[in-house]
Amino acid sequence: MLTKRIIPCLDVKDGMTVKGVNFENLRVAGDAVELGALYAEQGADELVFLDITATNEKRTTLKELVLRVAKEINIPFTVGGGINSVADVEALLSNGADKISINTSAIKNPSLIDKLALQFGNQCIVVAIDAKKYNDKWKVHINGGKVPTEIDVIEWAKEVVNRGAGEILLTSMDHDGTKNGFAIELTKTVSSIVNVPVIASGGAGTMEHFVEVFREGKADAALAASIFHYNEIPIPLLKNYLKNNNIPVR
Amino acid sequence: MKVAIIKYNAGNVQSVTFALQRLGIEPVLTDNPEILSNADKIIFPGVGEASTAMEYLKERKLDILIPQLKQPVLGICLGMQLMCSYSEENNTPCLDIFNLKVKRFPENKSCKVPQMGWNNIYDLKGQLYTGIDNNSYVYFVHSYYAELSEYTIAKTDYILPFSSSLNKDNFYATQFHPEKSSKTGNCILKNFLNL
Repeated sequence: MLTKRIIPCLDVKDGMTVKGVNFENLRVAGDAVELGALYAEQGADELVFLDITATNEKRTTLKELVLRVAKEINIPFTVGGGINSVADVEALLSNGADKISINTSAIKNPSLIDKLALQFGNQCIVVAIDAKKYNDKWKVHINGGKVPTEIDVIEWAKEVVNRGAGEILLTSMDHDGTKNGFAIELTKTVSSIVNVPVIASGGAGTMEHFVEVFREGKADAALAASIFHYNEIPIPLLKNYLKNNNIPVR
Repeated sequence: MKVAIIKYNAGNVQSVTFALQRLGIEPVLTDNPEILSNADKIIFPGVGEASTAMEYLKERKLDILIPQLKQPVLGICLGMQLMCSYSEENNTPCLDIFNLKVKRFPENKSCKVPQMGWNNIYDLKGQLYTGIDNNSYVYFVHSYYAELSEYTIAKTDYILPFSSSLNKDNFYATQFHPEKSSKTGNCILKNFLNL
């Protein structure tokens, strides 16, 4: 049976993780690759590296990171953060990334999704959507959530899949950082209207939250950052909890 | 040991190279018929679309060379599909090593296509699966599948039961990605290198 995926997300700047980590068994504190390898060892199903380097050297540092991750880690990984051209994607995939994630660049230039899907295949194109609720509508935000748009999340989700996105990484900005649980209604709505996998993100605080988002939210995968980085919920414990709650996991 | 990876316009070549390097093997990436024929083991990777990949192989006459190889060959993902007779993906005649059709997963309400993620393999047969537990998890990304057949050496269920691994003589193939399948994948690659 296809299992539900648990995906730790690592925010990376110049090859180092940005959010603090408190794993005693890391040799180099903050080294993104070493932390990724530890998660892989613990049973993470995939990894997401989100590059937030804002310098001119960004392209080079991201490529180097991808190369190091691909050499060291034997599970699939996605990279995102400021990717905005076919050439960027080519460089990352040819260095060993399994998937790339685009967000702001897809909103500014939707045909980029078509171009990438055609050239590299749908399976490696993830479109990240940052959603915030206004009354009864969710609207897409860009530039790391800083800039609101008038675009409806549901319509945008349909459009990106029609254009060739192979997966949607759906973050609820209303839930992100709260540790009060994932956006169940949003995740369920998006997951049931698109025929590609949906990764739920934002709000993970307890193991029960993961059960909810898989069972009620119909998510195919769940992403979290701080609960893993601070070892609040170790991955093996989470997997075990999910198994005991009849959620199929590896 | 000389391990060659068949060079063509496939996506996961780098990942396969790194996986072999982690096992202490330095593979050569080549489309040169002579180097391929002289290798001890050959890996035929693949991520992409069937008809484009077949065009590329034909231009380099690899469509004639590959079925004639005598050493162990491992096709991965699209590589496996191209080793079958025919793929429904853009109605593409393939290499016909395994006399099998590759079909698209039927529409299904509860299962999305592509299958993306970790699924288990069962009914494991032969040396490729030495030391691998029944129902071990491996990583899949695919929209097309090979039917069950006499060549099936591992099965997986998604929408329907299909061949997640095939073998005929010196030709081996996996629909999943051993290079991305953690310890189980490493073990399968090691078993292939030990054939």
